[in-house]
Amino acid sequence: MHGFKIHHVLHKKDNTKVEFSPEILSKVQQIIKRYPEGRHKSALLPILHIAQEELGGWLSPAVMDYVASLLSIQPIEVYEVATFYTQFYTQPVGKYVLEICQTATCAACGGEDIMEHLENKLGIKAGETTTDGLFTLKGVECLGGCGYAPVMQVNTEFHEHLTTEKVDALLEELKNNKNADKAKESKWAEKFF
Amino acid sequence: MPIVTIDNHTIEVPEGTTILEAARKIGGDIVPPTMCYYSKLKGSGGKCRTCLVKVSQGSAKDPRPMPKLVASCSTPVADGMVVQNITSPEVLEARKAIVEFLLINHPLDCPVCDQAGECDLQNLSYEHGANTERYEEDRREYDKVDIGPNIQLHMNRCILCYRCVYTANQIANSRVHGVLYRGDQAEISTYIQNAIDNEFSGNVIDVCPVGALTDKTFRFKSRVWFLKPMNAHRNCTKCSGKVVVWKFGNEIYRVTARKDQFHEVEEFICNDCRYDHKQPEDWTIEGPAKLSKQSVISQNQYGNLKKPSIILPIEHRTEKQE
Amino acid sequence: MGRKILLENIDKEGIERFDVYRKHGGYTALEKALKLTPDEVTEEVKKSGMRGRGGAGFPTGMKWSFLDKKSNNPRYLICNADESEPGTFKDRYLIEKLPHLLVEGLIISSYALGVNTCYIYVRGEFKYLIGILNKAICEANANKFLGKNILNTGYSLDIHVHSGAGAYICGEETAQIESLEGKRGNPRIKPPFPALKGLYDCPTVVNNVETLAAVVPIISMGGEEYAKIGTGRSTGTKLISASGHINRPGVYEIEMNISVEEFLMSDEYCGGMKNGKPLKAVIAGGSSVPILPAHLILKTANGENRMMTYESLADGGFATGTMLGSGGFIAYDEDSCIVRNTWNLTRFYHHESCGQCSPCREGTGWMERVLHRLENGEGRMHDIDLLTNISKNIEGNTICPLGDAAAWPVASAIRHFRDEFEFHVKNPGIVKNIKHGSLKKYTV
Repeated sequence: MHGFKIHHVLHKKDNTKVEFSPEILSKVQQIIKRYPEGRHKSALLPILHIAQEELGGWLSPAVMDYVASLLSIQPIEVYEVATFYTQFYTQPVGKYVLEICQTATCAACGGEDIMEHLENKLGIKAGETTTDGLFTLKGVECLGGCGYAPVMQVNTEFHEHLTTEKVDALLEELKNNKNADKAKESKWAEKFF
Repeated sequence: MPIVTIDNHTIEVPEGTTILEAARKIGGDIVPPTMCYYSKLKGSGGKCRTCLVKVSQGSAKDPRPMPKLVASCSTPVADGMVVQNITSPEVLEARKAIVEFLLINHPLDCPVCDQAGECDLQNLSYEHGANTERYEEDRREYDKVDIGPNIQLHMNRCILCYRCVYTANQIANSRVHGVLYRGDQAEISTYIQNAIDNEFSGNVIDVCPVGALTDKTFRFKSRVWFLKPMNAHRNCTKCSGKVVVWKFGNEIYRVTARKDQFHEVEEFICNDCRYDHKQPEDWTIEGPAKLSKQSVISQNQYGNLKKPSIILPIEHRTEKQE
Repeated sequence: MGRKILLENIDKEGIERFDVYRKHGGYTALEKALKLTPDEVTEEVKKSGMRGRGGAGFPTGMKWSFLDKKSNNPRYLICNADESEPGTFKDRYLIEKLPHLLVEGLIISSYALGVNTCYIYVRGEFKYLIGILNKAICEANANKFLGKNILNTGYSLDIHVHSGAGAYICGEETAQIESLEGKRGNPRIKPPFPALKGLYDCPTVVNNVETLAAVVPIISMGGEEYAKIGTGRSTGTKLISASGHINRPGVYEIEMNISVEEFLMSDEYCGGMKNGKPLKAVIAGGSSVPILPAHLILKTANGENRMMTYESLADGGFATGTMLGSGGFIAYDEDSCIVRNTWNLTRFYHHESCGQCSPCREGTGWMERVLHRLENGEGRMHDIDLLTNISKNIEGNTICPLGDAAAWPVASAIRHFRDEFEFHVKNPGIVKNIKHGSLKKYTV
């Protein structure tokens, strides 16, 4: 009998120094205050979101250790949580993560065709990143946009009623945008948290 | 104090007692099997579902039956509650299904597994499992990992009972391993290359119901039923020093904690006793460890047997007579 | 035209802003509620007969009455905005368009429950809603409807928005509590129930967005008036998320007294089937509920018109009925492949299982693998009964309802579309070559 192998990489301890800017740090403190005294671990999910956005686009062991130290919890408590939720990336991803809904209505209304189109267009398979580091393609489960199927999410933005033409246009736009600095996102944490 | 009836046995237990603990007080065949619950570990239980029972009467006040089977390890009794375990075909059917679920991704290679002979899953399958296998798909496989110098983790065999996680939290007092990822991809891991290094970390081996966490100092040295488990003690500054030493002849092959009739560790022991004291002179032997009659290990237990009197060769006879 | 209660003002320009919402009668229900005692508010909700809109349909007033009020610990209200059930997208719509309706509902409900801290748990994918909610909360604060000493009544409340991070299971109330405590979304073993020991081991109520928003009209018109809308024990209005092969997908508010046929065919709602194709099947209440073939969703087994109510959809039990669930209405046309659809949903549950308890962790993956084989023309006849049996073994034996949710779609698809599963076994060559769907030309 054959088995299917599960490869979860055992990471090396990473002592790279990472840190939030003072501005973000004060936002983090503000988030922690939303929870009762002694319940600061509650802030873990929001802070991991911010850490992922601010500190390199994915959660490296160094970033997670830093978050653990901010909340005075054991690093393993952060690893456990980060690997549970699909929105946290524990491997590097492209600048734009194209998350295409593959569930129920989206599948019945062309979501699988969109995925196939993107795989061909970008020359990568679902789960992979283009060599220029611009796009990561990901099939995801229900995005809660069934009435607007097929849908995809690119970072925090939703794109609905997708067609292959629409997807092509979007890819062009994102490509042309690749050198745009992250100024518009500098208020990311403020906007979403 | 609530009075509860389990499989026609009635017992009075303190408020807040679970159905399982009440059944253990009654004892015998009506005790539901457990794979994740561990009375010494707070928060454990509820996960494996092997201890499901039927509550055919909720309480004297509200005699309605509970709509679903309940996990006996985490459901408290109520006064007048009536519970069915082995007297309910529905429970036995469900338990058979649970055993099947536990086994579909568990390798069926007991002959090469170090836990064979003292494996809770093996016993469970023997008592409650089906004779045939219906699973035809691929099984999941992981690489073996050393977590620390003395413990090997083989995730293929893990049933995600979480006992080792609770042990690290509550006994070892610091935790570097946990359950990562989710669903059937979940695994016990340290995430980064990290040794589980703590004076009580070896207890995760004893609480593991299967062969997922094994003692590297003992792996493949012997089958457990070839060894003689003897209760022994030593003066230890870190733990009680009360252990079981597993002997082959005069040699000590391994040291474990003592276990009670429900296969639970009586007192957790330190790594010093477990790994670093394997000379016969390290220990004061008290006598053979008690094992259940069903255990395959007990075949080498001569403690309760009367040895036949034998006629000694002539040269020894006079000696003996003195 | 059906009566709109929740979405009455949804088309008003700028309704997401405080001033516009207020101009259209916003926060008057709160003013009214604050003149009542908390118990009187709870009583109105009880009288309304409203059932929880998240899926389980448990009466909200009764749920509130279970909250441990004797405990000295603080109490919490959590608004469940972790909408992730495939087919359901109503809460997202409601928050986006009418954030103040939810905030007002939260304040009234918190007042009734004696809660001083309330969290809104928003699905991680819906980050854009967090900004919208935070703005509404700030506006409500600035206008003294929220914060310390609300409208000089001495009652204080803080509302915080918390973000999930991609896990369907966190829609289960105890998993949500765990997640809010910064842990993995593993559902807790019950008992104890959240009403006694919930968030931070304190008494907690977790309610769906739509449920809490509906508290506003209940207080405005009074529980008894609200109870007059709808039919039988299905009181009030319900938001239905309609999607699939229909002309007008979207979120609709219905009075629970219209027939499924009317909902599906009327131009006010779904607007009929896309391209005029015949209806094959409907999932009426989100992906977890049993799928029904066209003839059973339009009429009950007794030949009565099937209505969009909790009772009528459940008529016939699971043999011939289904559930209203969270109101995720997915219609499938004649081209849809039920086997592929069932595999798709099972893959979803397999992916979303937290992995804590064995029947769900192992069973969902097993079903997915078998269905994947069937869908790819590698199935055998005995696989069909095997699937039914696995689903039966999962159902009712798990820690949380995700196990049931994974089992029901499989069991119901085989119950009603067995011929299609058999077709897949008998015609491996054909099914292997069909890419995404259309079975019609082969099966007819």
